[in-house]
Amino acid sequence: MIRLHDFSIGYDERTLLREVNAAIPKGSLTALIGRNGTGKSTLLRAIAGLKRRYAGEILLDGRDISDMRADEMAKKLAFVTTERTRIANLKCEDVVAIGRAPYTNWIGRMQDADREIVARSLASVGMEAYASRTMDKMSDGECQRIMIARALAQSTTIILLDEPTSFLDLPNRYELCSLLARLTHDEGKCILFSTHELDIALSLADSIALIDPPQLHCLPTAEMARSGHIERLFSNDGVRFDPVNGIVKANT
Amino acid sequence: MLFVTLSVLTVGLFLLDLVVGAVRIPLGDVWAALTGGDCPQATAKIVLNIRLIKAIMALLAGAALSVSGLQMQTLFRNPLAGPYVLGISSGASLGVALVVLAGVGSSVGIATAAWAGAAAVLLVIAAVGHRIKDIMVILILGMMFSSGVGAVVQILQYLSKEEALKAFVVWTMGSLGDVTVPQLAVLVPSVIAGLLLAVITIKPLNLLLFGEEYAVTMGLNIRRSRGLLFLSTTLLAGTVTAFCGPIGFIGLAMPHVARMLFRSGDHRVLVPGTLLSGAAVLLLCDLVSKLFTLPVNAITALLGIPIVVWVVLRNKSFTA
Repeated sequence: MIRLHDFSIGYDERTLLREVNAAIPKGSLTALIGRNGTGKSTLLRAIAGLKRRYAGEILLDGRDISDMRADEMAKKLAFVTTERTRIANLKCEDVVAIGRAPYTNWIGRMQDADREIVARSLASVGMEAYASRTMDKMSDGECQRIMIARALAQSTTIILLDEPTSFLDLPNRYELCSLLARLTHDEGKCILFSTHELDIALSLADSIALIDPPQLHCLPTAEMARSGHIERLFSNDGVRFDPVNGIVKANT
Repeated sequence: MLFVTLSVLTVGLFLLDLVVGAVRIPLGDVWAALTGGDCPQATAKIVLNIRLIKAIMALLAGAALSVSGLQMQTLFRNPLAGPYVLGISSGASLGVALVVLAGVGSSVGIATAAWAGAAAVLLVIAAVGHRIKDIMVILILGMMFSSGVGAVVQILQYLSKEEALKAFVVWTMGSLGDVTVPQLAVLVPSVIAGLLLAVITIKPLNLLLFGEEYAVTMGLNIRRSRGLLFLSTTLLAGTVTAFCGPIGFIGLAMPHVARMLFRSGDHRVLVPGTLLSGAAVLLLCDLVSKLFTLPVNAITALLGIPIVVWVVLRNKSFTA
């Protein structure tokens, strides 16, 4: 569970979030939505411990991240960034195995238990057949899955993903988010992912965290759809949100 | 298996490097000189004081520069990184230029100056690299920095006396043969310390394959790891450059040769693989340079440039 306590963050003069108090529950897939430039990535990076300049507290399962070392954080939280990572000359299983880094010794020696976790992580994302292939000739969707398997291999209760669907086509987007939902529910993880796909968020996420500058609202998906926040934020002259059907329509 | 082959090849080239030289010495006499057996006094001198030191230098310099290049390529996630490209050698040469042209000639003085120069460049790159996300910008800054340092060195040369100038110019041409036994006593421990640090940083390097941010989220203490890597590279590249002058292309090309030979991106394979390939190839370069009496730097360049060109053509995306 992720808890923000009187959390404020911004760049220089500009405040993105001010005195936010929110909780992202365990066993729930949470979609983080918000307009461009409202701080979705910034918030995720702060929770992941990559952006240390903020006010207030970020608590992971009750522990303040400012008191945690990188290796302690790595056992609690895994992050999949927007970066399209392709590592040449490294087999997929070796890529996933590096996710075991917080648990292995100084040179990264794998124990049987580690290898088992790597195999299971690959299977969870449906990529066991790719174990001994390298990433350079794989599609974006396949690489994304390998990076998620790597995050799973970190055996953390919390996983953050920054726009995991942005390079994928429509079927792959749904498939990926269904996978995230399955992992959340089967393994009781706390998964938070940012996305621009309102329809995916509404149909697959259990709850939605919405950035309404400088506030962050966290509600179960059905409640969020009824709350009026989405209509207010995502409507302009060109589009409007239909809360009854949960879809976005063009104004004609 | 490949490790065994490379090790045997390296040992073979090392021994061949002792046999080949300007003076023809029978194999038996070389062996006798090495083992303290019966052979002419002059032969023993040539084998032990000239050829053995030179072969040890080729072995150490090849290993050190190659491992340093591998570290920089992974850290900067750039296949064209290396001690030379990023200006670490230029930093070392500025340090050496300052002391040599000021009239200091002691081996410890030169080593200290080269280290200081190399470390200064690395600190600048580290500080700049921390702020700049785009790795190509860092590469260009490194090249510009090299040119800037080159200009300063030229000014120093212009202002200096003829004798000091000659000493410096000879240093810049790069040579494995101008090292004395006392210098070796500084060089060997430094390179070994650098290589030990390189072994300690194998796991950090594997994490850094994903970039610094991913590495941090997988538990890497980035400040400590960067510090160790910079220290290691300074010990390796800085020291070798201090005593041998800038030797080009080995540090840039050999990590790619190792990646190709071992078909792996895992630094548990690449660090020893690069070390062995580098040692073997610089021994080979030394042999060729002796056979045709050419400067070793010309040989490493002629051998290294095709490899770098191949990497650029194959790796259009510029990711390590």
